[in-house]
Amino acid sequence: MDPFLIAGREFRSRLIVGTGKYPSHAVMQQAHQAAGADMVTVAVRRVDLTDRSAGSLLDHIDDSIFLLPNTAGCYTADDAVRTARLGREAGLSHWVKLEVIGDERTLFPDNEALVAATRTLVQEGFVVLPYTSDDPVTCRKLEDAGAAAVMPLGAPIGSGLGIQNPNNIRIIREFSRVPVIVDAGVGTASDAALAMELGADAVLMNTAIAGATDPVAMAAAMKHAVIAGRLAWKAGRISRKAYATASSPLDGLISR
Amino acid sequence: MPRFTLNGESFDTPAPVTVATLLERLGIDARRVAVEHNLLVVKRNHYEATALADGDQVEIVNFVGGG
Repeated sequence: MDPFLIAGREFRSRLIVGTGKYPSHAVMQQAHQAAGADMVTVAVRRVDLTDRSAGSLLDHIDDSIFLLPNTAGCYTADDAVRTARLGREAGLSHWVKLEVIGDERTLFPDNEALVAATRTLVQEGFVVLPYTSDDPVTCRKLEDAGAAAVMPLGAPIGSGLGIQNPNNIRIIREFSRVPVIVDAGVGTASDAALAMELGADAVLMNTAIAGATDPVAMAAAMKHAVIAGRLAWKAGRISRKAYATASSPLDGLISR
Repeated sequence: MPRFTLNGESFDTPAPVTVATLLERLGIDARRVAVEHNLLVVKRNHYEATALADGDQVEIVNFVGGG
C-alpha cells in the first residue's frame, strides 16, 4: 500500500488532472477515467448571462472525483482570496489550488503575494495547495504559512518543456514535510515519470493531456508514467558512474 | 428602480430584488453557482434575505474548465 495523503485525506491516484482545453466534455470525461484521476482542478469564472446553453461543467465530471477549485488568472492576493472564497461556496469544499500570478507572459507566480494569500486562507480554514516557483526557500515559507502541500512548477504553464530544474525539485522534496506536487510544465510521459523519480508525491497537469492529439491515450500514458516513476523512486535507483561496470562475471571466460 | 452592477455590467430591475429572485429571473440553478455581494460571499441560506440595492456590486460565478 502506498497511500497519498493531503491534509489527512487519502487519494488513490498520484496524478491530478485539469478540466480545461479538452476538445469536448466527452473526451474530458474519458481522459479522466483513463488517467485514473480522483482529483481534478476547476476554474471559477463569471456565469455567462447571455448564453446559458453550455450547461454545467459538473455534469461531465464523475461524482466520485474530488473537485479542486483554482484561482487561476488572479494577479493579486486579494483577488485570489475572493476567488477562493467563491470556489468554496460553489463547490462546498474548503480546498483550493492557490495561484497568484506575477507575470502575463510566463505566468510565473508572485511568490510574495502567494505567501500572504496562503496565510489569509489558512486562517480562514482552507486547505491551501499553492502553485509556486521551483524555489526551495519559497516552498519553505509556504509550508510555514500553513500550506497543506507545495506545488512547484516544472516549467511555465502549458509550455510542455518538462522539468527545467530537476535539482530544485529534489531539494524541495528533501526540505518539505508536506506533499510536493509538481504542477505545470509536463509535456509527455517521461516528464511525469522524472518528476516522480525525483521524489515528487504527485503530478498535476492539464495541457499535456488535453492538448495531445489523442487526450485519452495520453491520459493513460501519464497514469503509467506516474506509477512507474513512483515505483522507481521508492526502489532506489543506482548511482551514476562515468565508466562501465560489467553485468556478467569476469571469471570463467573461455579466452582466459 | 434599482440599478446595480452584475458581473461587471450595469443591470436594471423594475422592482426590488433579492439574490434568490435574481437567480430565479436569470434561470440560474442556485446549487451550481456562488454569489458575491459587495465583495462578500453570500451563503446559500441567505439568498432570500439578501436584498440588492442601488449601486451594489454583484458577482455570480460557476465552475468552468481549468488547470
